[in-house]
Parts: sequence; C-alpha cells; structure tokens
Amino acid sequence: MLRLTCPCCGVEADESELTQGGAAHLRREGPGSDEAAFEAYLFLRDNPKGPHLERWRHSYGCGKWFIAARDTVTMQVFGTYPAQGSGPPPDIAARMGGRA
Amino acid sequence: MSGRLATGGRLIDRSRALEFTFDGRRLTGFAGDTLAAALLGAGEGLVGRSFKYHRPRGIVAYGPEEPNALLGIGRAGRFEPNARATQVDLSDGLEAESQNRWPSLAFDVGTLNGLAARVLPAGFYYKTFIHPRPFWKHLFEPVIRRAAGLGRAPRHRDDDTYEQVHAHVDVLVVGGGVAGLAAALAAGRAGARVMVVEQSAHWGGRAPVDGDPVDGRAPDQWLGQTLAALEEMENVRLIPRCAAVGVYDHGFVLAAERLTDHDPGAPGPRQRLWRIRAGRVVLAAGAIERPLAFPGNDLPGVMLASAVRDYLVNHAVFPGDRTVVVTNNDDAYHTALALVAAGLRVPAILDARAAPNGLLADAARAAGIRVLAGHGIAGVAGRQRVAGVKVCAVAGEGAVVEEIACEAVAMSGGWSPAVHLWSHCGGRVAWDADRAMFRPDPAHPPRGADGTAMVIPAGAANGRLSPAAALAEGTAAGTAAATGQDRIDGSDDPTGTDIAPVWMMPQGAGPALRAKAFLDFQNDVKVADVDLAAREGFESVEHTKRYTTLGMATDQGKLSNINGLAVLSQALHKDIPAVGTTTFRPPYVPVTLGTLAGEARGDLFQPVRATPMLGWHVEREAYMEPVGLWRRPYCYPAPGETHEVAVAREVNAVRQGVGILDASTLGKILVQGLDAGRFLDMLYTGAMSTLPVGRCRYGLMCSEQGFLIDDGVVARLSDDAWLCHTTTGGADRIHAHMEDWLQTEWWDWRVFTLNLTEQYAQVAVAGPRARDVLETLSGDIDLTAALPHMHWTHGTLAGIPARIFRISFSGELGFEVAVPAARGMDLWQALLRAGQGVGITPYGTEALHVLRAEKGFIMIGDETDGTVTPRDLGLEGMISKKKADFLGKRGMERSHLAAPDRWRLVGLRAADDSVLPEGAYVLDAGRTENGQRATQGRVTSTYWSPTLKRGIALALLRHGPDRMGQSVDVSRIGAAPIRATVVAPCQYDPDGGRMHG
Ligand SMILES: [Zn+2]
Repeated sequence: MLRLTCPCCGVEADESELTQGGAAHLRREGPGSDEAAFEAYLFLRDNPKGPHLERWRHSYGCGKWFIAARDTVTMQVFGTYPAQGSGPPPDIAARMGGRA
Repeated sequence: MSGRLATGGRLIDRSRALEFTFDGRRLTGFAGDTLAAALLGAGEGLVGRSFKYHRPRGIVAYGPEEPNALLGIGRAGRFEPNARATQVDLSDGLEAESQNRWPSLAFDVGTLNGLAARVLPAGFYYKTFIHPRPFWKHLFEPVIRRAAGLGRAPRHRDDDTYEQVHAHVDVLVVGGGVAGLAAALAAGRAGARVMVVEQSAHWGGRAPVDGDPVDGRAPDQWLGQTLAALEEMENVRLIPRCAAVGVYDHGFVLAAERLTDHDPGAPGPRQRLWRIRAGRVVLAAGAIERPLAFPGNDLPGVMLASAVRDYLVNHAVFPGDRTVVVTNNDDAYHTALALVAAGLRVPAILDARAAPNGLLADAARAAGIRVLAGHGIAGVAGRQRVAGVKVCAVAGEGAVVEEIACEAVAMSGGWSPAVHLWSHCGGRVAWDADRAMFRPDPAHPPRGADGTAMVIPAGAANGRLSPAAALAEGTAAGTAAATGQDRIDGSDDPTGTDIAPVWMMPQGAGPALRAKAFLDFQNDVKVADVDLAAREGFESVEHTKRYTTLGMATDQGKLSNINGLAVLSQALHKDIPAVGTTTFRPPYVPVTLGTLAGEARGDLFQPVRATPMLGWHVEREAYMEPVGLWRRPYCYPAPGETHEVAVAREVNAVRQGVGILDASTLGKILVQGLDAGRFLDMLYTGAMSTLPVGRCRYGLMCSEQGFLIDDGVVARLSDDAWLCHTTTGGADRIHAHMEDWLQTEWWDWRVFTLNLTEQYAQVAVAGPRARDVLETLSGDIDLTAALPHMHWTHGTLAGIPARIFRISFSGELGFEVAVPAARGMDLWQALLRAGQGVGITPYGTEALHVLRAEKGFIMIGDETDGTVTPRDLGLEGMISKKKADFLGKRGMERSHLAAPDRWRLVGLRAADDSVLPEGAYVLDAGRTENGQRATQGRVTSTYWSPTLKRGIALALLRHGPDRMGQSVDVSRIGAAPIRATVVAPCQYDPDGGRMHG
C-alpha cells in the first residue's frame, strides 16, 4: 500500500485514502480532432515499467488531485506536485533522471 | 511409537496436565505444549490423510511449515478448519479432529487413490477438465469431491470477535530469535520506536534448542538477559504469537496476532490484525529445514531433523525409541547427539556425503553412533508408520545393502532462509551455491518510497546460520535500521557450506523409486510428477508449479520449493539459478477470515447512510433495499399485503390521488462561480448557461467516450449558482467527476462545487392531488400557475424554509420539496397530516420505477450500462447542436456510435400481456460465430403496470424506433421464446397532459 504526500494539504496519505487516476498530463482532444489523435487520447497509454507520472486524488482527505512521480517497479516516489501544470517541476524531473 | 520422556522439556510445565481430545479420544499433554507436541507425546503418529492419494501422514515439522497436521479445532461457533497443530497452543478441553479421511483416519477408502496413482498423474486436473467432459462430470468429480479437499468450512456464525489496529514504528523486527532480539536491542538503544513480532509463543528461536553459546553465554541465559533489557525500554514493544504475514509497498506490513487462542474464555478479541507502517523492516525470520526426497519419505515417523530436536528439547517428546538420521549436511548431527544424550537410540546416521568430517561428525562417532558415509535411504518399511529403513549407496540406483529397524527417521536436506517476506514486495533472491540455498540478493531489495531498501535481512533469514552470525548481523541490522541506513555488511560465517547438494536419493533412482519420493507432502507431489511435467514441456518453474500443484495452497513453497525446483533443474539439465524460483505471495502463514474482516461484520460491515426519515420508514416496517450505502424503502406493505400488492397500491395512489416519496438520497451538487455556466455547458450535453433563474432543466452527462453516465434535473438558483441533481448512486461519483475536470483541466475557471446531498431532505409529492396537499400547509408559496412545470420557487412551508421544484418523474403533477435535513421529519409528518383527507400514500422505490417505466423515462443503470449513448435512448433532443464542445461530443461522433444499426430504446408489449423476463434477449435469426443464438436487443426494464393492467417493458433493439408494431421473439430461460410487439417507450399519457396540469 503506497504512501504519498498530498501537496495540497501536506498529509502523508495511505493509498486507501487516495484514488488513482491514470496517466498524468494528457492533452485533451475535443471536437475536430482526427480519429488517431482521439483514439490516443481515450485509450493509448504508455504504461511504463519504471518512472511514471500519474494522477492521484486525495479523495478521503482534502479532495484535491495531484500528480505523483513514481517508479512502477521499485515504488520509489520522486515527488508529488499539484495537478495544475503541464509537467513535473525541475527538482522532481531531475530526481527522475529525465526518464519520464 | 512416539512418546514423552519422564524428565526434561524446557517449555512444559509438568505440574499442569491438560486434557484434550483427538477424534474423540481423550488425551493428555502439558501446559507449554503445542497441539502437535501433545499429540506426539501421546503417541499419536497418524494425524491426517494426504490431499490426493489419502496416504497416511504424520507430523513432520515443528513450525508453520508443517504440511500434514492440519486439523479441525473446536466446535460449533468456535470451529476452525485447517489449523496447524504446530501452531495451536494446547489448552484444557481443546477438541481436535483429523480431516480429509473417510470413514476413519486409520481405515480410509481414499487410499484406493494410491492404487490408482497411475491415473492421477501431474496435470490430472487439467487433463480431465479438458476432455472428455462427461467423464469429469459423472465419474471423476463425484468421487474426487467426496475424497479430496482439506477441512470442511465452518457452518456456524463465528462466536469470536476480532480486531484490527494500526501501528507506526521506525523499525519492525520480524522474528524473535537471536538475530531479531539483537536487532531490537540495537535499534532500541539507538532510540528508535521498535516493534518485534514473533510467530511462536516463545523467544530465542533455535538457539536454546541447539545449545550453542550466544555471546559467550548459555543461550537461555543470554535470552533472559536480553529480554529483560528490552522490556525495560519504553520504545520497544515485544509481541509474541504474532506472525508477519505480508510485506507491501512503502513499509506496510500486516501481522496476525493470536490473542486468546491459548487461553479460551479469556476476555477480548480472539485475534488481531496489525496494520503496520515501518520505516525499516529487519527480517530475522530464520530458516526452514528442507526434507530429503527418498522413497517412502512421507510415512508417519519421518520428520525433519530439527523438528525432532525441537520436540525433544522443548517438550521431552521423542518420535520413537530408535531414530535413523539421514542427512546431506552437518546440522542433523545435532539431532543425533541430542537423542543419544536423552538416552534414546540412533542406530545410524546415513550421510549422503562421501567423507563427513568436522567437529559434529567426530562428536557423533565419539558418542558411539554409526556413521554411514555416502549412504541414503532406498525405501521405508511399514504401512502406517515407520518400521525400518532400507539403506543404499547414494550414488547408485538403490540396491539395498542393509535394512535397519527403527521407529523414526530424522531427515535434513539443508536449510532454506525464510525469504518470503523479503520477496513479497519485489526483493529478489540469489543462489548461494556454497550453502545450496536462495538468499536475499542485496542488489535487489524491496524498496521504499525513498528508493532505499525497506527490508534488511539478518541471521538465518540472510543465509547465515550460526548463532554468532545471527548476533552480529542482528546487531548490525538493528543499528542500520535505526540510523537511516538500508544495508549491512553481511557476515562471512561458513556454517552450512558443508552441504552436499543431494536432491534425490538414491541419485540413480529409476521411475519406480521416484514415484515414491515426495516433494510436497501437502499436495502429494512426487519427484516423478516433476519429471513428467519436464517431459511434457513445462520448462518454466511457474508453469510446473501450477501443473503439478507443487508448493501451492498453504505450503507456499515453505518445504517443497527448493527440492522441487532442484529436481526440475536436473530434469531440464539446467542449473538451479537458471530455472529460478517461483513467486512468493502473501500471506506467509494462513490468516483467519475473521481476522481479515476484523470489526467489519454485522451492523459494522459497512456504514449505512440514513435519510432524516429512515427511522419513520423502519418503524412503519417498510421493506428496505440497499441503494449504494443508503437504505431506501422498496415498498410499504400494509398488514397481510404482499410486496406486489403494496407496489400496485402505491402506484395507483400516485396516479389517482397523491403519494409521497423520500427522495433525500438524490445527489445535490451546488455549482457556483463566475464561470459556472460555462463549466456546466461542458459537463452536460445540453445548455445550462442559458437556463433562466427560477427554471429547471433535465440534463444528461456523458463520459468523454460519449456514453451516458448520469442524469438529473438542474435548477438555476441565481446568476452564478446552479443546483445539479444527480442519481442516488451518482452523487459522489459525479461530484468527483466535476472536481477532476475543474482541478486538472480547467483549473483557471472560477467555479466552486459543493456536494450538498446530505444537507437537504427532499420529498417528492406526486399525483393529481399533490397541489391540494401542499396548499393545505400554511405557507407563502404560490403553487398555482405561478409555478409551471420545470420551475422552482422558495418560501416557507409548514413553518419550514423550503425550495419547491415542480418536476415529475412519475408523469403526474409533481413537486419536490427540499428542506434543511434537520427539518426533514417535520416536513414528512406535516405532509402526511395535510394529506390525510385525500389518502396520501408513502411510496417506495419500486413504485417509483413502475411509474417512470410506464412513462418511458430512462433509469441510469437500467437503460444504461456504460455503453449506451443519449441517441440510443432517443434523447437526441437533449444534445445541444449549438455548443462547440462538451464532454462526450467528440466521442459520440465516432463512427460506430453514430451507426444506424445500434440498439435503441423502444417499448415492448408481450403478446399475452405478461411481464417479460428481466434481462431477456430479443432473439435474431441464425447463430453467432461462437454458435450461440444471435440477438438483436435486450430488455432493460420490465414491470407489471397496475395502471395499464398488463406487463410493460423497455428494451434496446436494433433499428428499434423504425420498427413500431413489428413482432419480435424474447428469450426465456427453460421455456420457449415469447412473442412481443414493438411499441413506443412511453405507454401512458404520451402527451404529458397530466404532469403539466
Ligand atoms: Zn490532501
């Protein structure tokens, strides 16, 4: 059971307090997008073995969504950061070694 | 025959004899015994029958690795099947019964399976499952069901209670032997919060039994002083009878503690589940001795050498007058020496090694024990227990050179570190060829959140078998764990390097002998089965495991793992590391379901969400149904009324007079802010920003894929505030959905959402007399033409501040009144009083469903299943054509969602006006490519309509709306299909005159 620190309220939360929300930083494809782009947006995910940016919600806490940078094999957590952005902050990206 | 010596036994209290029964026989043991020790002490050699062949089986081991002595303990509400006799502390009056035997333990017809072993080879289950099927169904299954399987499931409600607790520690030490206690001492002295869990009732591990000095002191002396020092530390907590069963991500560990099993009748819970978060785990779980594979090694009386020693030293229990020791390493010599020291006879030590030397071999010879080097066992004499062994040269094919009479065999195939907890969460193991064991690979530990190793193995669990190494590694690991380090410099102690990797004896055994040598006693897997699996092409150890059932079930590879994969590697002509090991999975030892459930049973099984009027419904003896965590009245049967009759009465009341429904469970989400309208336009398929204040609009929400996920009425409260009603089950989900989009996509939009579901009680008042009832209540609200359909207003009703929405889910004149939750009961009772004269009738969810189905209104979850679009339901009119974008707009444009041949909503009317079966399919001509009957639609809702006095149904049907008046066939289970006519979904008041009235 993972433990992740919610960047909004600061609580170090057990996984049972959290909801996983899949890959982070997807670009939404709306009306007008072509079939391939829309398919990729809906269904195609990298599912990497290793560092991964993923959405989590502190559902049974402050209710905020955040992003966790986590290694899917070793469970190492490189950091968590607010969901309002398009990528990890530099310090977390550095810890990931540019692997995501 | 096994028995008890007149003196000795370091753990037993001879002044406290305890009576217990085994299969109804009265037996006696001592306080301090396990059930296994007491059974052996009482001369009970036969404790069970094997799973597949029903062979007689005796106690093999001393700890949780015991494969055979799985017994039923207790009776009625305190019966527990499959309890390991080695882990059951003896208590006065304990009742134990053997399992898996019929009609009795001594005479078991299942041994016929042994005769039929030829037809039960590896993969038997898979092979018979596949073909021929009738053989399985009529021949094998009835026989196997009768004869196989472990203990029976309890039939009574569990009389005991259980609990779960959380613990947060810096260092969790698993195992209370020398390494574990040394680690606790070091970590405790470093100031860390320490918890030590030990699965047995006793501390010290093997050291007090083996007798080697620890830190220059006698082991019991060291143990006493160490425990005293630990008990003085306030930051150290010692918990015996507590087994760590699983290691999970980020230092999360589950441990199961037996609280009162050893003291029945004591107050408090029976067992406790610890949910532990540990900064670092010191794994000092010790090692498990391996059996040797030789023909006849499963006969009662053949035991692990270390277990023989444990029973002897701890309980003064011996396995027989004469014990032959068979080994491939030095350690078993301890057993021979201990037996001789206790005055028992050891006719021979059969040592697979060509030239056993060293201190222990010298000591054995000095004690007058005959050591036969290079020899092993080619067979065991005896039917239900050991009567002697047939000696052979290990290197040969099994020619018998001598027969030795004996009552017991003590075997040692070397030691396997208990790496299970290391491996649960990703730790890898490495083959230590010098010691012939897999040990934790320090290069690949299970890692914590910070990327460092979260488990530090020490002592025997790390493959270092001497007490000196345990002390050194334990101390180092405790210090490291308490000071933020994640590894230790391991000891280079050579203990165990004397082993000869003999996996099958004799080594040249032919098929006949290999078919008698067992690898997995619990699952009846023999050397020959693994050979067969290899011949049939099962090269992966994971596949072989499943094909042969080696190491499955509760064994989890404790006894059988290494021997099995060694045999497999030989059959495949590969090295053991190249074959690898199977995955170790939690739990390390079985955990009772009661412990896993904890307090979550009965009324506490799950929280109940109660509307303010729940008490009234219950008092009125409404028939309640669960809707998510809510409990809602299904109907309110009058005395003597069936549910059917009650529902019909409630429906008629709404159609002809007035009914009230507790609608408080409906989701109510406030969406407010400068961008709230823009936001709702994205969420709903229709336009909400254009809704005037004071008006209501029915809205549909879709996923990005274009499928319907929820519906409900939206009311505009003010310029910047909307109240969104959701389905009962959708409130939390839809609120989360809104927050997801607001927080992660449109975070710069100025919108706030608030889930107000439980802040308001809501009552639907429906029927032609609805307005009359509301007007009877004194108030300031004009409910006449000033409040048309799909409008809302607010004011005071019966002295309660209220919002009144004029909306209808029944097709009748309808109002929904929302008041603060605390006033819900007041409103409910005021409405009942006001409606007394016109027969106001509370109605439940079933009447609600019938009423809406008569009108053809859809219900999320009935007409939708996550693959249905608004267009499928004939709700194109609810999809805005003006909006450039909304969630699901692009998804609905996908070709298959816009295809003309999708199944679309219609009504169905059975030719005989009966109620169509729920979930029935509308049949099509021909068959699918799978040979199944082709279908062209399905029934989504089906009810008896009291209004129309016939069955009504909604269905999704291919080209449905274009097929009005056509006949279709609807499937029935066990009966011929039934004819039905395609009709419009709305079968009552299609013009809607009644709800606008
Ligand atoms: Zn939070």
